[in-house]
Amino acid sequence: MATAAKTLGVIPRPTAQTGFWSWVATVDHKRIGILYGVTGFFFFLVGGIEAWIMRLQLARPGLEVVTAKTFNALFTMHATTMIFLGVTPLLSAFMNYLLPLLIGARDVAFPRLNAFSYWIYLFGGIFINAGWLMGTARGAVPDVGWFGYANLTSVQYTSGLGSDFWTLGLLLLGVGTLVTGFNFIVTILNMRAPGMSLMKMPVFVWTTLVTSAIIIFAFPSITVALIMLMFDRAFAANFFEVAEGGSVLLYQHLFWVFGHPEVYILILPAMGIISEVLPVHARKMLFGYSVMVFSTALIGFMGFTVWSHHMFTVGMGPVVNSIFALTTMAIAVPTGVKIFNWLSTMWGGQVRFTTPMLYAIGFLASFTIGGLSGFMHAVAPSNTQQHDTYFVVAHFHYVLIGGTLFAILSGIHHWFPKVFGRMLDERLGRWSFGLIFTGFHTFAFPFHFLGLMGMPRRIYTYAPGMGWEFWNLVSTIGVFILAAGILVLVTNFIMTMRKPMDAPADPWDGRTLEWTLPSPPPVYNFAVIPEVRLRDAFWFHKHPETDEPALVYDPQAAGPIHLPGPSLMPLLLALGPTVAATGVLFLRMREAYAVPVIVAGFVIALLAIWGWAFEGEGGTLIEAGEES
Amino acid sequence: MAHYGHAKSSPAHGGAHHAHPTNTGIDNRKLGFWLFISSESIFFACLLVGYLVYRGGYDPGIGPRDLFNIELTTVSTFVLLMSSLAMVLGVNAAQRNQARQAMGWVLLTALMGLTFLSFQAYEFTHFYHAGLSLSSSLFGTAFYTLTGFHGAHVAVGVIWLLTLLFYGRRGGLGADKADDVEVAGLYWHFVDIVWIVLFTVVYLVEFVQ
Repeated sequence: MATAAKTLGVIPRPTAQTGFWSWVATVDHKRIGILYGVTGFFFFLVGGIEAWIMRLQLARPGLEVVTAKTFNALFTMHATTMIFLGVTPLLSAFMNYLLPLLIGARDVAFPRLNAFSYWIYLFGGIFINAGWLMGTARGAVPDVGWFGYANLTSVQYTSGLGSDFWTLGLLLLGVGTLVTGFNFIVTILNMRAPGMSLMKMPVFVWTTLVTSAIIIFAFPSITVALIMLMFDRAFAANFFEVAEGGSVLLYQHLFWVFGHPEVYILILPAMGIISEVLPVHARKMLFGYSVMVFSTALIGFMGFTVWSHHMFTVGMGPVVNSIFALTTMAIAVPTGVKIFNWLSTMWGGQVRFTTPMLYAIGFLASFTIGGLSGFMHAVAPSNTQQHDTYFVVAHFHYVLIGGTLFAILSGIHHWFPKVFGRMLDERLGRWSFGLIFTGFHTFAFPFHFLGLMGMPRRIYTYAPGMGWEFWNLVSTIGVFILAAGILVLVTNFIMTMRKPMDAPADPWDGRTLEWTLPSPPPVYNFAVIPEVRLRDAFWFHKHPETDEPALVYDPQAAGPIHLPGPSLMPLLLALGPTVAATGVLFLRMREAYAVPVIVAGFVIALLAIWGWAFEGEGGTLIEAGEES
Repeated sequence: MAHYGHAKSSPAHGGAHHAHPTNTGIDNRKLGFWLFISSESIFFACLLVGYLVYRGGYDPGIGPRDLFNIELTTVSTFVLLMSSLAMVLGVNAAQRNQARQAMGWVLLTALMGLTFLSFQAYEFTHFYHAGLSLSSSLFGTAFYTLTGFHGAHVAVGVIWLLTLLFYGRRGGLGADKADDVEVAGLYWHFVDIVWIVLFTVVYLVEFVQ
């Protein structure tokens, strides 16, 4: 039985259940999660190829694989792609897919907003990379570093469109991320299954909650910085024009007030994944759940108190430097607590060395190294030596690859059967882990030595005789090993997807609600929403320790299930700002039709909002067992 | 329907909206909107920091004291503040199912918002002719950006209120649409509160001796 969708009759509501249009119009969090995952993995490969070209260029002194200008574009786009288009969306894929399943909900609070977040991420990603079509020689590719420091970004120094692509593209991406933040917080606070109090939620849900809170308080700051930058470039404003008295320091503060919390946006969900994977594969409850939760919240809060440690060398003075050194060191405490909790989770458990477990252990070892070098950066006087050297490069590759990426790979192997109904091959999985782990350490560990030997970041080549040749060559060889590992990983994906869907509902003897569902779960997730009585309820449902039931299914609660209707409005709404951003780009190119294009963008957005409001949530009522 | 256990269901929804009982008892849209407002507060705080850093950046050109007509801006501020009162009465009427009155109050709110925008348009034009532009000085850059973004927020609010009037074109804005009016009200009050801060920091401070 369908409730009639009320539209103004402009664009009919799509009804396809399969095929291309069903994906374009989807509002199902599981499909959006898969879209995020596939797109994020694609951009991850793009960022990886950029890194590989840079390592080829740096393999020996004096090489000319790429020009200096292209190299600038490569390191800028490598970082921008990996952070905003690769890793963040991959984490978003986990959050989207898992969050409703973990809390026993049928979808997120705002399914259409969720789709909107994805589409504007996709458009922003394409937008920011569009400059490649115009080439690096004309300066159309962003090439001033991922932080876009003023006044390198002023028209005087970068007259090409690169900085415009970067500024406008990041503004688009920021909108999507902010909306995701609102959506997930409301989902977690409002949509939990009965009985699932906050302290019974899986840790991944907690890390998603804290990450979303960081997003909604950190992103406004970079939004303002980018708007100022856009005004300077497109409308000849003076925010960062030094000749007019503009303060480049203001940009640095606004950027890092966002930029440091951003690294916790990248690591907290990864920590959440590890906190889910370890207990399952060690068959033991997470050690110190409450401490884990409070550490997560504390990290989220303290993340806003440390931003100036990125600016120790700008001359803020010893008092400010000392304060930020202290806050930075303090943040190591809740982080360290987590490491020990994970170790204690494995201690005494029945550890199974499955692929997800191998990546999780790889995370623990590698992330700890990154944490230690991070602590060294916190020492302000020593930071002066390390600033802008490869030592810093070593640090953030250890926390972002050794930390976040290993957690993502662990999570992919852990939840792949749930999402696609097929088990990844364990033998190929172990090979990929071995190659990626070895390759990563071979390419990133030498950065520590190179940095301490004084090799600066972002140089496109170096003279022989500096003592940097050996470790640079080792690092490049490491990238080839890592790339081989990624190839094995992709092969595993492709081979597994060709197998029949035969994964059991609960292949790992899991602990949380997603494993109570078939693999893959039906479109409505839960036929009956369970009542949750305990933390790790599914585990104690299967392995009861008392007579008290851990999960209760009330047959009375079974009934018709409401599914939100698919909609094209999210896509249309994402198109509006993208068109407007293109108009601003035309403005910079002094095209006559720039202003009409900007106006058209706003009109599209307004029409989409009206369409959105007046079509309503819509949807259908179905019985469990029916495929929509 | 009551899958979410203990949560109390929120009052009468209607039309295209479905009543979702929630864990907190707060309607999803309202909670989402409070989060949006908290994020927007940081947005305006950052813009305001930019303004405070740059407000003195006009020497030897024209500065705020040469331009600001405090009497005029006080009047427009008064209009905007009173529009919040009209909004409150509109939400209240909708909740008490006085659908026609609610339409009237929402219309009045929108008109007062338009009045404020007209004052701002006049002010911007006047300042521009007096020689202050986005590029003329740091003060000009910071002033137009900060107050311009607030004005854009008011404009969005006016479009929203007019959309509500269209939504209630048949049968008015009764109790079934009270939540829709209330969420628009949240936004309107927020934009109003931002102006109280801006009026104080941008205008009044200049006249403190």
